[in-house]
Amino acid sequence: MTTTLIRPVAKAAPPITRKPANRVSRWQIYLPLGLYLLFTLVPFYWMVVFAFRPRGSDSLLPWPVTLDNFEHVWTGMGFSVFFQNSLLVGVASLISTTVIALAGGYALARYDFRGRQAFLVGMLCTQFIPGAMMLIPLFEIFRTLGLVNSLWALVIAETVFQLPLSLILISGFVKNIPIELEQAAWVDGCSRLRGFFAVVLPMLRPALVAVGSFAFIHSWNNFLFALMFVNEQDKFTLPVGLAFTIGEFSADFGALAAGGVVAAVPVVLVFAVIQRYLVQGLSAGAVKG
Amino acid sequence: MRVARSRTPYVLIAPAVIAMLGFLVYPMGSVIYYSLQHYDVTQPWDNGFAGLENFRVLLFEDPLFWQSLGFSVKWVVVEVVLQLLFGLALALIVNETFIGRAVSRALVFSPWAVSGVLTTGIWILLYNPSTGIFRYLADIGIGGYDTAPLADPSTVFAAAVVAELWRGVPFFAILLLADLQTVSGELYEAASVDGASRIRRFVHITLPHLKDAIILSTLLRAVWEFNNVDLLYTLTGGGPAHQTTTLPLYVAAKAVQSHDFGYGSALTTAAFLVLTFFSIAYLRLSKFGARS
Repeated sequence: MTTTLIRPVAKAAPPITRKPANRVSRWQIYLPLGLYLLFTLVPFYWMVVFAFRPRGSDSLLPWPVTLDNFEHVWTGMGFSVFFQNSLLVGVASLISTTVIALAGGYALARYDFRGRQAFLVGMLCTQFIPGAMMLIPLFEIFRTLGLVNSLWALVIAETVFQLPLSLILISGFVKNIPIELEQAAWVDGCSRLRGFFAVVLPMLRPALVAVGSFAFIHSWNNFLFALMFVNEQDKFTLPVGLAFTIGEFSADFGALAAGGVVAAVPVVLVFAVIQRYLVQGLSAGAVKG
Repeated sequence: MRVARSRTPYVLIAPAVIAMLGFLVYPMGSVIYYSLQHYDVTQPWDNGFAGLENFRVLLFEDPLFWQSLGFSVKWVVVEVVLQLLFGLALALIVNETFIGRAVSRALVFSPWAVSGVLTTGIWILLYNPSTGIFRYLADIGIGGYDTAPLADPSTVFAAAVVAELWRGVPFFAILLLADLQTVSGELYEAASVDGASRIRRFVHITLPHLKDAIILSTLLRAVWEFNNVDLLYTLTGGGPAHQTTTLPLYVAAKAVQSHDFGYGSALTTAAFLVLTFFSIAYLRLSKFGARS
């Protein structure tokens, strides 16, 4: 591959110093970036304007700022309860996904055991299972277990659907940590478990951030499971509450927007903090397994 | 890697295996089982073994199956191609060094964290003819006051595509940016010392390097877009007149509204088979993992 590139091109010998052709000029970055930022931010801005401006106003600035819409959705429409439910499901899914994937991912990376290959193939196949289409059998299972209308049904379903990708990500990461580091710890008298906590776990931080935030954001956002497995309004999560607001969309744009802000702020904040680690984490070779 | 003689790996992997057996493999098996049954909650007297009857109906007597499958293909192809192109461009831009890069990255990636339902909510506000963006565009002379993309059958598809694009482009941008950062700088140095233009460097260094990441991300995204129902379910409800009904949306409607679980399971099995064959063919044809 490199040989074709290094082939000299019939041109005057270029100077070794950075020449203009190497650089991207400012406007080549800022113009397309600015346009794309507009496409990204205008929809967010629209939601914020609708959420904060008074009812009946059609100003393009959220001024004078009012919290009426938030008060209405938070207490009047039950979004405070939806918020708590979403938070519970999100945090519980985060913990269970990370712990299970950490144990399994380590085993996949560091041990060669019977059934390992079959498990890897099976995991790949699960990627093709349409989540929307598992609704009926999963509903039957949860009914048998008495978990219909329980938030734990959502935690279980979320965890299971997050596991394959999380396992692949973590095992890819563990493989990138030289086993010699662990062996050194064992030589120093650490048990395998202590060696894991002392050596491997700290180096897995970006992977754990990636897996944990994936799990949290996905379960925070999941709609269909929550819609199907939970029918009581005091167990609704934010996407379901929001969907009901959309259902009445001729009526109340202010409430829809305020509910949207409530649903967006936690995940967008989490994401803003972790996106740097996410890119680092993925580029550490985890994508390639 | 050691060949284990201990029970340790089995203990470590057991929770994952049990969870996936119980809540993925078993339900999938029961879907296949139900697909061979008559199982309609509203017509329990007909329940029982049906053989391939459900599949015969599906293939030969159900125009909605073919229509929704056709729309699914159209939806997936349009979304994945556009998301890839915009995502790649975006990744290349934010991979450059410039002032404000960190903030720009955080901002352009942020819609990735937003749910399908919330995307619908936001774009309903934006598309709304009375207080949406088109009214203000009309104020400054662009378009008419009666532009209502979601109500007009000729524009509803484009309106849904743009909304999903808004949320989907960051996925590619993030994955491809991650891969771009592993291109060795020396290669670029060598190439530019040799006078290779930016376009040549892109074609001969960047693209080959990104090849596997592109194949994998387009496949993952195609499967994901095929299966994803949140946005269309809430934005268009599959309408008008089933125009935007994907196969999973049709299944959901069949199972939830008409309680025909047997036929719904046959549809599910068909979708699973379509996805699996597509994925294998895609990986084969694209020579994933092959060294160029």
